[in-house]
Amino acid sequence: MASLDDLKKRISSVKSTQKITKAMKMVAASKLRRAQESAEKGRPYSDKMNNIILNLSNSIIDKENSPKLLAGSGDDKVHLCIVMTSDRGLCGGFNTNIIKKAKLYFQKIIDAGKTLKIITVGSKGYDQLKRTYKENIIEKISFKESKNTNYFDADKVGKIIIEKFEKKEFDVCTIFYNQFKNVITQIPQEQQIIPLKATESEGNSSEDNYEFEPEEDEILSNLLPKNISTQIFKAMLENSASEQGSRMSAMDNATRNAGEMVDKLTIQYNRSRQAAITKELIEIISGAESL
Amino acid sequence: MSEQFNLEIVSPEKSFLKKDNVTEVVVPAFEGEMGILKDHISIISFLKPGIVRIMSDSKEENFYVDDGIVEFKDNSLSILTSNIFDIKNSDKVQIQEMIKQAEGDLENENLDDQKRYIISQKVEVLKSLSFN
Repeated sequence: MASLDDLKKRISSVKSTQKITKAMKMVAASKLRRAQESAEKGRPYSDKMNNIILNLSNSIIDKENSPKLLAGSGDDKVHLCIVMTSDRGLCGGFNTNIIKKAKLYFQKIIDAGKTLKIITVGSKGYDQLKRTYKENIIEKISFKESKNTNYFDADKVGKIIIEKFEKKEFDVCTIFYNQFKNVITQIPQEQQIIPLKATESEGNSSEDNYEFEPEEDEILSNLLPKNISTQIFKAMLENSASEQGSRMSAMDNATRNAGEMVDKLTIQYNRSRQAAITKELIEIISGAESL
Repeated sequence: MSEQFNLEIVSPEKSFLKKDNVTEVVVPAFEGEMGILKDHISIISFLKPGIVRIMSDSKEENFYVDDGIVEFKDNSLSILTSNIFDIKNSDKVQIQEMIKQAEGDLENENLDDQKRYIISQKVEVLKSLSFN
Protein backbone atom coordinates (compact mmCIF):
# COMPACT_ATOMS: atom_id res chain seq x y z
CA MET A 1 0.00 0.00 0.00
CA ALA A 2 1.15 3.50 -0.81
CA SER A 3 2.40 5.51 2.07
CA LEU A 4 0.54 8.53 3.34
CA ASP A 5 3.09 10.85 1.84
CA ASP A 6 2.73 9.28 -1.59
CA LEU A 7 -1.01 9.61 -1.47
CA LYS A 8 -0.76 13.23 -0.48
CA LYS A 9 1.51 13.91 -3.41
CA ARG A 10 -0.80 12.18 -5.82
CA ILE A 11 -3.81 14.08 -4.58
CA SER A 12 -2.10 17.40 -5.07
CA SER A 13 -0.85 16.43 -8.51
CA VAL A 14 -4.31 15.36 -9.64
CA LYS A 15 -5.70 18.57 -8.24
CA SER A 16 -3.31 20.69 -10.24
CA THR A 17 -4.09 18.73 -13.39
CA GLN A 18 -7.73 19.38 -12.70
CA LYS A 19 -7.00 23.08 -12.49
CA ILE A 20 -5.37 23.00 -15.91
CA THR A 21 -8.18 21.08 -17.56
CA LYS A 22 -10.70 23.39 -15.98
CA ALA A 23 -8.89 26.42 -17.35
CA MET A 24 -8.64 24.81 -20.79
CA LYS A 25 -12.32 24.10 -20.72
CA MET A 26 -13.06 27.70 -19.91
CA VAL A 27 -10.79 28.96 -22.69
CA ALA A 28 -12.35 26.53 -25.16
CA ALA A 29 -15.83 27.64 -24.13
CA SER A 30 -15.12 31.27 -24.83
CA LYS A 31 -13.34 30.47 -28.09
CA LEU A 32 -16.19 28.20 -29.05
CA ARG A 33 -18.66 31.02 -28.83
CA ARG A 34 -16.62 33.09 -31.22
CA ALA A 35 -15.93 30.21 -33.59
CA GLN A 36 -19.54 29.17 -33.62
CA GLU A 37 -20.61 32.70 -34.38
CA SER A 38 -18.27 33.02 -37.31
CA ALA A 39 -19.25 29.59 -38.60
CA GLU A 40 -22.85 30.67 -38.59
CA LYS A 41 -22.04 34.00 -40.16
CA GLY A 42 -20.06 32.31 -42.87
CA ARG A 43 -22.88 30.06 -43.92
CA PRO A 44 -24.89 32.54 -46.00
CA TYR A 45 -21.91 33.19 -48.24
CA SER A 46 -21.21 29.59 -49.07
CA ASP A 47 -24.91 28.81 -49.38
CA LYS A 48 -25.48 31.67 -51.80
CA MET A 49 -22.40 30.73 -53.74
CA ASN A 50 -23.64 27.18 -54.04
CA ASN A 51 -27.01 28.38 -55.18
CA ILE A 52 -25.62 30.61 -57.87
CA ILE A 53 -23.38 27.88 -59.19
CA LEU A 54 -26.30 25.52 -59.20
CA ASN A 55 -28.32 27.98 -61.22
CA LEU A 56 -25.47 28.50 -63.59
CA SER A 57 -24.75 24.86 -64.17
CA ASN A 58 -28.41 24.22 -64.74
CA SER A 59 -28.51 26.77 -67.50
CA ILE A 60 -25.47 25.44 -69.27
CA ILE A 61 -26.64 23.35 -72.13
CA ASP A 62 -23.38 22.25 -73.55
CA LYS A 63 -22.19 20.14 -70.65
CA GLU A 64 -19.31 18.62 -72.55
CA ASN A 65 -17.50 21.87 -72.95
CA SER A 66 -18.23 23.28 -69.54
CA PRO A 67 -15.23 24.25 -67.43
CA LYS A 68 -13.10 21.40 -66.21
CA LEU A 69 -13.57 22.32 -62.56
CA LEU A 70 -17.25 21.59 -62.92
CA ALA A 71 -17.20 18.63 -65.24
CA GLY A 72 -13.98 17.06 -64.06
CA SER A 73 -11.02 16.07 -66.16
CA GLY A 74 -12.92 13.15 -67.60
CA ASP A 75 -10.76 10.73 -65.70
CA ASP A 76 -11.01 9.05 -62.34
CA LYS A 77 -7.51 7.86 -61.70
CA VAL A 78 -5.85 10.16 -59.25
CA HIS A 79 -7.66 11.19 -56.12
CA LEU A 80 -6.56 14.12 -54.04
CA CYS A 81 -7.75 14.24 -50.46
CA ILE A 82 -7.57 17.32 -48.33
CA VAL A 83 -7.61 16.26 -44.70
CA MET A 84 -8.38 19.18 -42.48
CA THR A 85 -7.50 18.81 -38.82
CA SER A 86 -6.47 21.05 -35.96
CA ASP A 87 -3.02 22.23 -35.01
CA ARG A 88 -3.46 21.47 -31.36
CA GLY A 89 -4.26 18.32 -29.50
CA LEU A 90 -6.23 17.63 -26.36
CA CYS A 91 -9.54 17.91 -28.09
CA GLY A 92 -11.04 14.48 -27.61
CA GLY A 93 -11.84 12.48 -30.67
CA PHE A 94 -11.85 15.47 -32.97
CA ASN A 95 -8.81 14.65 -35.06
CA THR A 96 -9.14 10.90 -34.76
CA ASN A 97 -12.65 10.99 -36.14
CA ILE A 98 -11.60 12.84 -39.26
CA ILE A 99 -8.62 10.58 -39.76
CA LYS A 100 -10.75 7.50 -39.31
CA LYS A 101 -13.19 8.70 -41.93
CA ALA A 102 -10.38 9.66 -44.26
CA LYS A 103 -8.57 6.35 -43.84
CA LEU A 104 -11.69 4.43 -44.79
CA TYR A 105 -11.88 6.46 -47.97
CA PHE A 106 -8.16 6.02 -48.66
CA GLN A 107 -8.52 2.29 -48.38
CA LYS A 108 -11.36 2.32 -50.86
CA ILE A 109 -9.29 4.26 -53.35
CA ILE A 110 -6.24 2.08 -52.97
CA ASP A 111 -8.33 -1.07 -53.24
CA ALA A 112 -9.78 0.23 -56.47
CA GLY A 113 -6.27 0.55 -57.82
CA LYS A 114 -6.31 4.32 -58.05
CA THR A 115 -3.59 6.71 -57.09
CA LEU A 116 -3.95 8.53 -53.82
CA LYS A 117 -2.53 11.93 -53.01
CA ILE A 118 -3.00 13.67 -49.71
CA ILE A 119 -2.71 17.24 -48.56
CA THR A 120 -2.97 17.74 -44.84
CA VAL A 121 -4.16 21.01 -43.40
CA GLY A 122 -3.30 21.24 -39.72
CA SER A 123 -0.34 19.54 -38.13
CA LYS A 124 -2.24 16.92 -36.14
CA GLY A 125 -3.54 15.27 -39.25
CA TYR A 126 -0.04 15.04 -40.65
CA ASP A 127 1.24 13.49 -37.44
CA GLN A 128 -1.37 10.78 -37.56
CA LEU A 129 -1.18 10.05 -41.25
CA LYS A 130 2.56 10.12 -41.80
CA ARG A 131 3.01 6.66 -40.33
CA THR A 132 0.84 4.86 -42.85
CA TYR A 133 0.60 7.19 -45.80
CA LYS A 134 3.94 8.94 -45.79
CA GLU A 135 4.58 8.62 -49.51
CA ASN A 136 1.06 9.72 -50.39
CA ILE A 137 1.28 13.06 -48.64
CA ILE A 138 2.31 15.60 -51.21
CA GLU A 139 1.94 18.69 -49.10
CA LYS A 140 1.30 19.72 -45.54
CA ILE A 141 -0.16 23.05 -44.67
CA SER A 142 -0.51 24.50 -41.24
CA PHE A 143 -1.87 27.79 -40.06
CA LYS A 144 -0.45 27.76 -36.59
CA GLU A 145 0.42 31.41 -36.79
CA SER A 146 -2.97 32.79 -37.70
CA LYS A 147 -5.09 33.31 -34.65
CA ASN A 148 -8.45 33.32 -36.35
CA THR A 149 -9.73 31.41 -39.27
CA ASN A 150 -9.66 33.86 -42.13
CA TYR A 151 -10.57 33.76 -45.76
CA PHE A 152 -7.05 34.62 -46.80
CA ASP A 153 -5.73 31.29 -45.51
CA ALA A 154 -8.54 29.38 -47.17
CA ASP A 155 -7.79 31.14 -50.41
CA LYS A 156 -4.18 30.00 -50.20
CA VAL A 157 -5.26 26.38 -49.91
CA GLY A 158 -7.75 26.87 -52.71
CA LYS A 159 -5.08 28.29 -54.99
CA ILE A 160 -2.80 25.36 -54.32
CA ILE A 161 -5.57 22.96 -55.24
CA ILE A 162 -6.46 24.77 -58.43
CA GLU A 163 -2.85 25.04 -59.47
CA LYS A 164 -2.42 21.31 -59.05
CA PHE A 165 -5.63 20.65 -60.93
CA GLU A 166 -4.53 22.78 -63.84
CA LYS A 167 -1.29 20.87 -63.97
CA LYS A 168 -3.44 17.75 -64.20
CA GLU A 169 -1.96 16.30 -61.04
CA PHE A 170 -5.27 14.83 -59.94
CA ASP A 171 -8.78 14.13 -61.23
CA VAL A 172 -10.99 14.10 -58.17
CA CYS A 173 -10.64 16.18 -55.04
CA THR A 174 -12.33 15.48 -51.74
CA ILE A 175 -12.09 17.39 -48.49
CA PHE A 176 -12.48 15.93 -45.02
CA TYR A 177 -13.57 18.00 -42.08
CA ASN A 178 -15.80 17.95 -39.06
CA GLN A 179 -19.14 19.57 -39.31
CA PHE A 180 -20.21 21.34 -36.18
CA LYS A 181 -23.60 20.25 -35.02
CA ASN A 182 -23.45 21.06 -31.36
CA VAL A 183 -20.95 20.99 -28.53
CA ILE A 184 -21.03 17.24 -28.10
CA THR A 185 -21.71 16.18 -31.66
CA GLN A 186 -19.40 16.81 -34.56
CA ILE A 187 -19.95 14.88 -37.70
CA PRO A 188 -16.94 14.01 -39.84
CA GLN A 189 -17.71 14.89 -43.43
CA GLU A 190 -16.34 14.03 -46.80
CA GLN A 191 -17.17 16.43 -49.54
CA GLN A 192 -16.17 16.21 -53.14
CA ILE A 193 -15.27 19.59 -54.57
CA ILE A 194 -13.73 18.69 -57.92
CA PRO A 195 -15.61 17.86 -60.05
CA LEU A 196 -18.40 19.65 -58.35
CA LYS A 197 -21.21 17.37 -57.37
CA ALA A 198 -24.61 18.91 -57.84
CA THR A 199 -25.44 19.08 -54.17
CA GLU A 200 -29.02 18.53 -53.12
CA SER A 201 -30.69 20.71 -55.71
CA GLU A 202 -33.61 22.32 -54.01
CA GLY A 203 -35.70 22.36 -57.12
CA ASN A 204 -36.82 25.90 -56.71
CA SER A 205 -33.91 27.30 -58.60
CA SER A 206 -34.19 25.45 -61.85
CA GLU A 207 -37.14 27.34 -63.28
CA ASP A 208 -35.60 30.76 -63.12
CA ASN A 209 -34.27 32.19 -66.27
CA TYR A 210 -31.29 34.30 -65.57
CA GLU A 211 -29.59 36.74 -67.74
CA PHE A 212 -25.87 36.42 -67.66
CA GLU A 213 -23.28 39.01 -68.20
CA PRO A 214 -20.80 38.02 -69.52
CA GLU A 215 -21.55 34.54 -70.87
CA GLU A 216 -22.28 31.59 -68.59
CA ASP A 217 -18.99 29.89 -69.32
CA GLU A 218 -16.98 32.90 -68.46
CA ILE A 219 -18.80 33.49 -65.22
CA LEU A 220 -18.44 29.88 -64.29
CA SER A 221 -14.75 29.78 -64.96
CA ASN A 222 -14.38 32.78 -62.68
CA LEU A 223 -16.71 31.50 -60.07
CA LEU A 224 -15.53 27.94 -59.69
CA PRO A 225 -12.09 28.70 -58.31
CA LYS A 226 -13.71 31.05 -55.86
CA ASN A 227 -16.14 28.39 -54.88
CA ILE A 228 -13.30 26.07 -53.99
CA SER A 229 -11.78 28.61 -51.65
CA THR A 230 -15.22 29.23 -50.22
CA GLN A 231 -15.80 25.55 -49.57
CA ILE A 232 -12.40 25.25 -47.93
CA PHE A 233 -13.17 28.29 -45.84
CA LYS A 234 -16.47 26.84 -44.79
CA ALA A 235 -14.74 23.63 -43.83
CA MET A 236 -12.18 25.59 -41.84
CA LEU A 237 -14.87 27.49 -39.97
CA GLU A 238 -16.82 24.36 -39.20
CA ASN A 239 -13.63 22.70 -38.15
CA SER A 240 -12.58 25.40 -35.76
CA ALA A 241 -16.00 25.46 -34.13
CA SER A 242 -15.92 21.67 -33.88
CA GLU A 243 -12.43 21.71 -32.47
CA GLN A 244 -13.37 24.06 -29.67
CA GLY A 245 -16.58 22.20 -28.95
CA SER A 246 -14.78 18.92 -28.88
CA ARG A 247 -12.05 20.30 -26.66
CA MET A 248 -14.58 21.79 -24.33
CA SER A 249 -16.43 18.53 -23.77
CA ALA A 250 -13.17 16.59 -23.54
CA MET A 251 -11.84 18.97 -20.91
CA ASP A 252 -15.14 18.91 -19.09
CA ASN A 253 -14.88 15.14 -18.88
CA ALA A 254 -11.28 15.35 -17.78
CA THR A 255 -12.17 17.81 -15.04
CA ARG A 256 -14.93 15.57 -13.82
CA ASN A 257 -12.72 12.50 -13.89
CA ALA A 258 -10.03 14.34 -11.99
CA GLY A 259 -12.61 15.32 -9.38
CA GLU A 260 -13.67 11.71 -8.99
CA MET A 261 -10.10 10.63 -8.67
CA VAL A 262 -9.39 13.22 -6.00
CA ASP A 263 -12.40 12.00 -4.03
CA LYS A 264 -11.28 8.41 -4.29
CA LEU A 265 -7.73 9.21 -3.31
CA THR A 266 -8.91 11.34 -0.41
CA ILE A 267 -10.98 8.48 0.96
CA GLN A 268 -8.04 6.14 0.57
CA TYR A 269 -5.81 8.69 2.29
CA ASN A 270 -8.21 9.10 5.21
CA ARG A 271 -8.65 5.38 5.58
CA SER A 272 -4.96 4.65 5.67
CA ARG A 273 -4.40 7.51 8.10
CA GLN A 274 -7.09 6.07 10.34
CA ALA A 275 -5.57 2.61 10.00
CA ALA A 276 -2.19 3.93 11.05
CA ILE A 277 -3.68 5.64 14.12
CA THR A 278 -5.57 2.52 15.10
CA LYS A 279 -2.48 0.43 14.68
CA GLU A 280 -0.50 2.74 16.92
CA LEU A 281 -3.23 2.68 19.55
CA ILE A 282 -3.36 -1.11 19.52
CA GLU A 283 0.38 -1.24 19.93
CA ILE A 284 0.27 1.13 22.91
CA ILE A 285 -2.61 -0.68 24.56
CA SER A 286 -1.22 -4.15 24.09
CA GLY A 287 2.14 -2.88 25.29
CA ALA A 288 0.51 -1.51 28.45
CA GLU A 289 -1.42 -4.76 29.01
CA SER A 290 1.63 -6.92 28.83
CA LEU A 291 3.26 -5.13 31.70
CA MET B 1 -42.55 53.17 -51.47
CA SER B 2 -42.85 50.74 -54.23
CA GLU B 3 -39.52 51.36 -55.90
CA GLN B 4 -37.59 49.76 -53.13
CA PHE B 5 -35.98 46.39 -53.14
CA ASN B 6 -33.83 44.23 -50.88
CA LEU B 7 -30.10 44.18 -50.78
CA GLU B 8 -27.77 41.84 -49.03
CA ILE B 9 -24.03 41.99 -49.13
CA VAL B 10 -22.19 38.98 -47.76
CA SER B 11 -18.52 38.45 -47.28
CA PRO B 12 -17.03 35.09 -46.31
CA GLU B 13 -16.73 36.17 -42.69
CA LYS B 14 -20.19 37.55 -42.19
CA SER B 15 -23.28 39.10 -43.64
CA PHE B 16 -21.88 42.53 -44.25
CA LEU B 17 -24.96 44.60 -44.94
CA LYS B 18 -28.66 43.98 -45.17
CA LYS B 19 -31.17 46.55 -46.32
CA ASP B 20 -34.71 46.45 -47.54
CA ASN B 21 -35.14 50.02 -48.66
CA VAL B 22 -32.68 50.60 -51.45
CA THR B 23 -33.87 52.30 -54.59
CA GLU B 24 -30.88 51.91 -56.81
CA VAL B 25 -27.58 50.09 -56.72
CA VAL B 26 -24.74 50.70 -59.11
CA VAL B 27 -22.23 47.89 -59.30
CA PRO B 28 -18.93 47.71 -61.19
CA ALA B 29 -19.86 44.72 -63.32
CA PHE B 30 -17.19 43.11 -65.37
CA GLU B 31 -18.36 44.62 -68.62
CA GLY B 32 -18.99 48.07 -67.25
CA GLU B 33 -20.96 49.76 -64.55
CA MET B 34 -24.45 48.49 -64.12
CA GLY B 35 -27.30 50.20 -62.37
CA ILE B 36 -30.00 48.04 -60.90
CA LEU B 37 -33.49 49.27 -60.18
CA LYS B 38 -36.54 47.49 -58.96
CA ASP B 39 -38.00 44.78 -61.20
CA HIS B 40 -34.77 44.24 -63.01
CA ILE B 41 -34.66 40.96 -64.88
CA SER B 42 -32.98 38.10 -63.00
CA ILE B 43 -29.32 38.42 -63.60
CA ILE B 44 -26.02 36.97 -62.52
CA SER B 45 -22.84 38.82 -63.16
CA PHE B 46 -19.48 39.24 -61.58
CA LEU B 47 -17.64 42.30 -60.46
CA LYS B 48 -14.30 43.82 -61.07
CA PRO B 49 -12.61 45.98 -58.46
CA GLY B 50 -14.59 49.15 -58.07
CA ILE B 51 -17.16 51.04 -56.13
CA VAL B 52 -20.61 49.87 -55.25
CA ARG B 53 -23.02 52.75 -54.85
CA ILE B 54 -26.14 52.14 -52.86
CA MET B 55 -28.94 54.67 -53.02
CA SER B 56 -31.69 54.47 -50.52
CA ASP B 57 -34.38 57.08 -49.81
CA SER B 58 -32.26 59.97 -48.78
CA LYS B 59 -28.72 58.87 -48.59
CA GLU B 60 -26.07 57.34 -50.72
CA GLU B 61 -23.45 54.90 -49.52
CA ASN B 62 -20.28 53.88 -51.25
CA PHE B 63 -18.31 50.72 -50.75
CA TYR B 64 -15.16 49.48 -52.32
CA VAL B 65 -15.17 45.86 -53.48
CA ASP B 66 -12.26 43.76 -54.68
CA ASP B 67 -14.27 41.26 -56.60
CA GLY B 68 -17.60 39.62 -56.30
CA ILE B 69 -20.68 38.12 -57.76
CA VAL B 70 -24.05 39.78 -58.02
CA GLU B 71 -27.29 37.96 -58.25
CA PHE B 72 -30.60 39.69 -58.71
CA LYS B 73 -33.77 37.70 -58.42
CA ASP B 74 -37.30 38.49 -57.31
CA ASN B 75 -36.34 41.97 -56.27
CA SER B 76 -33.59 40.93 -53.98
CA LEU B 77 -30.03 41.66 -54.82
CA SER B 78 -27.20 39.64 -53.34
CA ILE B 79 -23.62 40.68 -53.64
CA LEU B 80 -20.97 38.16 -52.66
CA THR B 81 -17.56 39.62 -52.21
CA SER B 82 -14.36 38.57 -50.53
CA ASN B 83 -13.15 42.03 -49.63
CA ILE B 84 -15.31 45.06 -48.98
CA PHE B 85 -15.04 48.25 -46.98
CA ASP B 86 -16.93 51.46 -46.52
CA ILE B 87 -15.24 54.31 -48.30
CA LYS B 88 -16.22 56.78 -45.62
CA ASN B 89 -14.28 54.95 -42.94
CA SER B 90 -11.52 53.75 -45.15
CA ASP B 91 -8.00 53.62 -43.89
CA LYS B 92 -5.51 55.54 -46.04
CA VAL B 93 -2.60 53.42 -44.95
CA GLN B 94 -4.43 50.24 -45.76
CA ILE B 95 -5.31 51.51 -49.21
CA GLN B 96 -1.71 52.44 -49.86
CA GLU B 97 -0.69 48.95 -48.89
CA MET B 98 -3.25 47.41 -51.20
CA ILE B 99 -2.01 49.58 -54.06
CA LYS B 100 1.53 48.51 -53.39
CA GLN B 101 0.58 44.88 -53.36
CA ALA B 102 -1.45 45.14 -56.53
CA GLU B 103 1.36 46.91 -58.30
CA GLY B 104 3.67 44.16 -57.16
CA ASP B 105 1.29 41.62 -58.66
CA LEU B 106 1.32 43.48 -61.95
CA GLU B 107 5.04 42.91 -62.30
CA ASN B 108 4.50 39.19 -62.46
CA GLU B 109 4.96 38.37 -66.13
CA ASN B 110 2.96 35.18 -66.16
CA LEU B 111 -0.34 36.97 -65.75
CA ASP B 112 -2.89 36.46 -68.44
CA ASP B 113 -4.53 39.49 -69.96
CA GLN B 114 -7.71 39.21 -68.01
CA LYS B 115 -5.99 39.12 -64.66
CA ARG B 116 -3.73 41.94 -65.68
CA TYR B 117 -6.73 43.99 -66.64
CA ILE B 118 -8.46 43.32 -63.34
CA ILE B 119 -5.44 44.21 -61.28
CA SER B 120 -4.77 47.39 -63.18
CA GLN B 121 -8.39 48.32 -62.61
CA LYS B 122 -7.86 47.73 -58.95
CA VAL B 123 -4.83 50.00 -58.85
CA GLU B 124 -6.72 52.71 -60.67
CA VAL B 125 -9.73 52.63 -58.38
CA LEU B 126 -7.64 52.49 -55.25
CA LYS B 127 -5.53 55.39 -56.41
CA SER B 128 -8.58 57.49 -57.07
CA LEU B 129 -9.74 56.66 -53.57
CA SER B 130 -6.56 57.67 -51.89
CA PHE B 131 -6.55 61.08 -53.56
CA ASN B 132 -9.96 62.01 -52.29
